[in-house]
Amino acid sequence: MDVKTQDPRATFPGEVHPTPGGGILVSKLDDVINWARSNSLWPLVFGTSCCAIEMMSTASAKYDWSRFGFEVARATPRQADVIIIAGTIVNKMAPVLKRLYDQMPDPKYVVAMGACATSGGPFFYNTYSVVKGADHVIPVDVYVAGCPPRPEALLHALISLQAKVKAGK
Amino acid sequence: MIQEKLLSICPAAVFEENTQWPTMNIDSAEWRKLAEALKNENDLAFDYLFCVTCVDWKTHLTMVYHLSSTLHRHTIVVKAKIADRNNAIIDSVYNIWATAELNEREAYDLFGVHFTNHPDLRRLFLSEDWVGFPLRKDYEDPINMIKL
Amino acid sequence: MFQEVGTTEMGDLIINVGPQHPSTHGVLHLVITLNGETVKKVEPHLGYIHRSIEKMCESLTYRQFIYVTSRMDYLSSHINNHACALIVEKGLQIEVPQRAQYIRVLLDELTRIASHQLWWGAMAMDVGAITPFFHAFREREVINDIMEQTCGARLTMNFMVPGGCMYDIHPDFVKSVKDFMAFFRSKLSEYDEMVTNNPIFQARMKDVGVISKENAISYGCSGPVARAAGVVCDVRKLSPYDVYSQVNFEEALETEGDCFARYKVRMKEMNESMRIIDQLIDNIPEGDFQAKTKAVLKLPKGDYYTNVETARGDFGVYIVSEGATTPYRIKFRSPGFCNLSALDHMTRGSKIGDLVAIMGSLDLVIPDIDR
Repeated sequence: MDVKTQDPRATFPGEVHPTPGGGILVSKLDDVINWARSNSLWPLVFGTSCCAIEMMSTASAKYDWSRFGFEVARATPRQADVIIIAGTIVNKMAPVLKRLYDQMPDPKYVVAMGACATSGGPFFYNTYSVVKGADHVIPVDVYVAGCPPRPEALLHALISLQAKVKAGK
Repeated sequence: MIQEKLLSICPAAVFEENTQWPTMNIDSAEWRKLAEALKNENDLAFDYLFCVTCVDWKTHLTMVYHLSSTLHRHTIVVKAKIADRNNAIIDSVYNIWATAELNEREAYDLFGVHFTNHPDLRRLFLSEDWVGFPLRKDYEDPINMIKL
Repeated sequence: MFQEVGTTEMGDLIINVGPQHPSTHGVLHLVITLNGETVKKVEPHLGYIHRSIEKMCESLTYRQFIYVTSRMDYLSSHINNHACALIVEKGLQIEVPQRAQYIRVLLDELTRIASHQLWWGAMAMDVGAITPFFHAFREREVINDIMEQTCGARLTMNFMVPGGCMYDIHPDFVKSVKDFMAFFRSKLSEYDEMVTNNPIFQARMKDVGVISKENAISYGCSGPVARAAGVVCDVRKLSPYDVYSQVNFEEALETEGDCFARYKVRMKEMNESMRIIDQLIDNIPEGDFQAKTKAVLKLPKGDYYTNVETARGDFGVYIVSEGATTPYRIKFRSPGFCNLSALDHMTRGSKIGDLVAIMGSLDLVIPDIDR
């Protein structure tokens, strides 16, 4: 049989449905949904060491992060959108982090806060128990530098995360 | 002077010169007897064990105990030498000073010193299946440790 | 101490608290054996933030290892750095100028107030009151601003070096601290109204987590935990360092040994810290802020031990030196480690809600325990 006269839909494995209303409605809806999602990312309570104190400072009254939608910090990963890894990850904690990440429902985002979560930080050389960067364990979206980063730096990272969500990643 | 009293309990002890506090070196076999005397004798009354360490001297290990008395306000340091690195054993003092329980687990975890009569000798900081004793001088870990 | 109370029977529930939990103040994993709601045994599992600091310090020089102690008990980072500077100065017999001593004690006491602030906010949050957390952080931010002006960092400032301080204080330091004192005094009475005299708070804290004086000494407790049980153990009084021998302040002692006593001790310590700062702030002498030291520091062969009073208790540094530029063995005696070992003893027989209150009153910082 000649290939050019063969109908592709005859051998296509799935079913093709025409979209009602066309493509423009779905993409506008996507934009609205992404905007809504970016302004309401709920973080998970996860702080291991010193960066957790700066995270708590960001949550409190002076550098309030609930202005940007991070209102409720959930203790359970089932209800959280973003996990802010504040602190060093060590070999014993890595499976716990992986399990928490797996328990979070999609779409989920990860912010690696501080030098330790980015690359092992001050504990890079001559340590036998530190994971040199949280991205060895889970995929990270935003990295924040600092030891510990200022609350404004964390807010900047969260706003960049919001921009990333709004762009549809 | 406490030095005479301590020498009478443990005649084989050797005192070091020019140290911050009276420091005695004993063998690990005499530790238990000395510990009981340090706690129970009225004019010694060492009831506050504030630092339990182990030092790896490459040929042998030494357990270092810093003790203080809240009654008489004096402090001593006891260094118990463990001669055999591969079979490091010393008596546990968990029922004399309650703080020794967790501290001895830490010494076991990081140095491999085995404490006899300890109620629950397991690893404390590292996971149960970790191989090796990291703070020993001959510990090699090419996977995790990045040398500067 | 292992007694028969802790055995597991049929019908006991063994649950995990942590390591990720809103109230464990860090990553502490507790395995609790419960009979209904009564706690039978609490077993801490540590090591979730064990960063092998002691091994790492064996390859750092005597000036470099100071930054690591900031990250151990990060809420009293100045005081930890002070301990490291003191031990190197003791080993090398460096004389610290008076101005540097005054600055170091002032920064220590400000750090103590900041740490107790955070403890107060977190403790109230554990017991159920969310508002004091924000009040506490509001006050902490003022101290953080003072620290940032002088030391350059808000949380982990490596400002103390062997020989004194790294730089001189900012010209506005004295004025900022005095403004803070006036602001903070008015707030402390607010705290008493909000939390201390609250009958619900007192009912949750009185007679909960009692530890006797003998047990506190046997478990090696120090700091507010031991002082609440009546043990006289303030290092600033027993072996004073820098200018602590020249200031008047009282040691905060209580006798009951329960959570409320620990609370009262820490509130009193905040008042005493303010008293110390008032005595020193107007009298900072002129002079150098750092003594001249050699470029390469080598401690002579031998053992050295120093301890200081951090916000948590008695923090000790033990260095075994072989005469090289790096220590042969360094051990940090952390106050939280021994305070935590008393947790099991204090919690037997209480309800699970009391466990949270007791953990809050112990003021544990887990990286300090795990090192």
